[in-house]
Amino acid sequence: MTGTRGSVRRQVRIARSAGDVWSLVGDPARIAEWFPGIESATVEGTVRTVVTGAGMPIPEEIVTNDPLQRRFQYRLKTPAIREHLSTLDVFDLGDGSCLVSYSADAEPATMALVIAGAAGAALHHLRDLMEAD
Amino acid sequence: MARKILLVTTDQQRYDTLGCNGSELARTPVADALAAQGINYQRAVPQSVVCMPSRSTILTGQHPSTHGVWMNGVPLPGDAPSFAEVLRTAGYRTALVGKSHFEPFFDPFVRFPDNALSATGTTPPNGSHRGFEHMELATHGAQGMLHYARWLRSEHPEALGMFYPTVDAELQVNAAGGGDTGAPQVHVNPVPRGWYHTDWVADRTIAWLDTLDPDADWFCWMSFPDPHHPWDPPESEMARVNWRDVPLPAGFIESTEQREAVIDAKPRHWRMWYDGSLISNYEAPARWVPATLTADQVREVNARNAVECELIDEALGRVLRAVDARGWAEDLDVIFTTDHGELQGDFGLLFKGPYHVDGLMRLPLIWRPAPSSAATPAVVRSPVGLVDLAPTICAIAGVDRPDWMEGHALPRSDGDGAGRVLTEWDSELFGVDVHLRTVTRDGWVCTTYLPGTVHDGSEGELYDLSDDPLQMLNRWDDPGRRAIRDDLVADLHEAQRPARNPRPDVEAPV
Repeated sequence: MTGTRGSVRRQVRIARSAGDVWSLVGDPARIAEWFPGIESATVEGTVRTVVTGAGMPIPEEIVTNDPLQRRFQYRLKTPAIREHLSTLDVFDLGDGSCLVSYSADAEPATMALVIAGAAGAALHHLRDLMEAD
Repeated sequence: MARKILLVTTDQQRYDTLGCNGSELARTPVADALAAQGINYQRAVPQSVVCMPSRSTILTGQHPSTHGVWMNGVPLPGDAPSFAEVLRTAGYRTALVGKSHFEPFFDPFVRFPDNALSATGTTPPNGSHRGFEHMELATHGAQGMLHYARWLRSEHPEALGMFYPTVDAELQVNAAGGGDTGAPQVHVNPVPRGWYHTDWVADRTIAWLDTLDPDADWFCWMSFPDPHHPWDPPESEMARVNWRDVPLPAGFIESTEQREAVIDAKPRHWRMWYDGSLISNYEAPARWVPATLTADQVREVNARNAVECELIDEALGRVLRAVDARGWAEDLDVIFTTDHGELQGDFGLLFKGPYHVDGLMRLPLIWRPAPSSAATPAVVRSPVGLVDLAPTICAIAGVDRPDWMEGHALPRSDGDGAGRVLTEWDSELFGVDVHLRTVTRDGWVCTTYLPGTVHDGSEGELYDLSDDPLQMLNRWDDPGRRAIRDDLVADLHEAQRPARNPRPDVEAPV
C-alpha cells in the first residue's frame, strides 16, 4: 500500500442476459441510472463528464467501449488522482445470467478503494434494477 | 415522565486518562464525580478496537460479525437495528451530536445519509435516520462535509488552515510530525477554543436541549471526536500540561532491546508493524515507522491527549449545568465511555490496529444512574462490553430489550454480569488479511488468530491480568497455562456467532 498503487475489484452476478445488462452499462451517458452518487453524465466524443452527489463535475476519458467483448474502460482526469483506469466487464455465463466485474487500478492506492467501493455498491444497485425489470 | 438519558462518548480514549481511573495527568473532575456517584466499570471492553465497528456495536447492541461492520470502511447496513429507534418509537426525542461514523467519511459521491444530511440540515429526510430525529455531525477537524466543517467554512473560514490535515496528498493517514518533538499527528493549532470541535459539540447539544419541552423524554448521544489523533488541541490550552514534565507511561519500555524482546514474544505482525514492514490497516499512518518513536514524542502526545481529555470534561460539565438549569438533573442518567482505546506509547507504539491489549481494549465506562433512582455507587471489576450499552439504555428508558440485542444490561455490582466479553478484528487491505478473536474472562485475555497473510492460524496471545496488567508476557506457549488456554479457546469458539451473510463489502478506507 505504501507503494502508492492499488487495485480493487468488485463483482456481482445478475440474473439477466449479458446483452440486457450491457445495453445499460455500455451506454456511458446512462451511468446515472445505475450508479448511486452520480447525478448526471454527458458524453462528448471520448470525454464523459459525470457530476457527483456533491455537485462536483469529474471529467473522464473513455478508453474502451467494446460491445463485442462487453468491456468499458475509462480514466479519471482529476488532480487528486495521479493515474487511474477502471474496467467494467460483462461476462455471459451461458445460463441466461451474467457476471459484471468492476475493477479500479489507481495511484494513489487509496483512490482505488474509494472508486471500487462506490462501484461495488453500484453493482448491487444494478442487479436490483435489472432483476426487477 | 421517563428518565432522560445522556450517552457521552469520546473517541479513542484510554481507561487511564480519567482521574477516577488513576490519571495523574488529565484533570477530569466532572467524570470523576459521575464515577463517585455512579458505577465505574474497571474492565469495559470494546467488541472492536476501531471506530466504525465499535460505534455500530454501541448502536445495535450486536457484535461486529452480526451487524456486519467488520472493519472500518464498511457502512452499517441500512436495515441494521438501532436502540435509538426503539427509544424514538417509545416516545423519546432523540439526537446524535458529534461523531457518528456508522458510514464512511470518504464519500466523494455523497452516497451515505450522514454525509448527505449535513448539506441539507439537521433533520433526516424521513424524520429520522437510525432512530435519530436530530443529527449534527463532526469529525476530527475542518476537512470533510459534516456539519462542523461546514460551520467552520461558513463562520470561521480563517480557521480552516489551522487544523492538522488528517490525510496527506496520497489520501493516506498523515504521518507528518509537528510540535516540539516531530511526533506524528502532533500539530500546533492556533484555533480559538470556542471554535474547536469539543466546545462545538457541547454548544450544539445544549442548543438541541433548549428546543425541547420541559416534560419531554429525551435521549442524546453526545459524541466527542477527541482525544483521537490528530493531537491538535487549541494551543491556548497547552499551558495546562508541559510535555517535558510528563512521565512516561508504564507500558512504554525505554530499553529498545527489552521492548523488542517483548514484542517478539507476540505474533509476528507486532514486530512487522513496529519495523515498518507490514501495513495491515488504514488507521495508522502508513509512512510512519513505530520503531522511530522517541520517549519525548510519547510525552508530547500524552500531554496533548491530556489537554483534549480536560477540554472534554469541561464541555461535559457545561452540558450538565445546562441540563440542571432545565430542571432535569434528578432524572438524568449519564453514561460516559469511548469507542476504543489508544496505544499511546505502549510497547513503543501509537494509534491502533490488530493488537488486543489494554491500551486499546480497556475503556473508561461510567454509568451515573439518575439521582432519583437512588442507585448505590459501585465499582464493577468483572468484564463488560460496549455491546451491553444498548440494552442498558433500553432498561433505563423502561422499554423491553429487543431480541436482536446480544448484550445485557450493565451489572450494578460484581457477579451480576455475563463475565465473558468477546472482541473481533478483521481487516483486509490491499492483500493483507489479519483476523483475531478474543475473549476476556476470569482475569485473562485470550486471543486466537485465524489464517491470514502473516498468520497460519496457530498463533495466539494469553495474558494473565492479575500479575501482568501491562500484557508484557505472552503465555500462549506456556505449558503451565495450557489448561486455562484450552478452556478459554474452547469457550471463545463456542461463543462465536454466525457472521452476517453475505458479508458487506468495504466501500471506502474509513
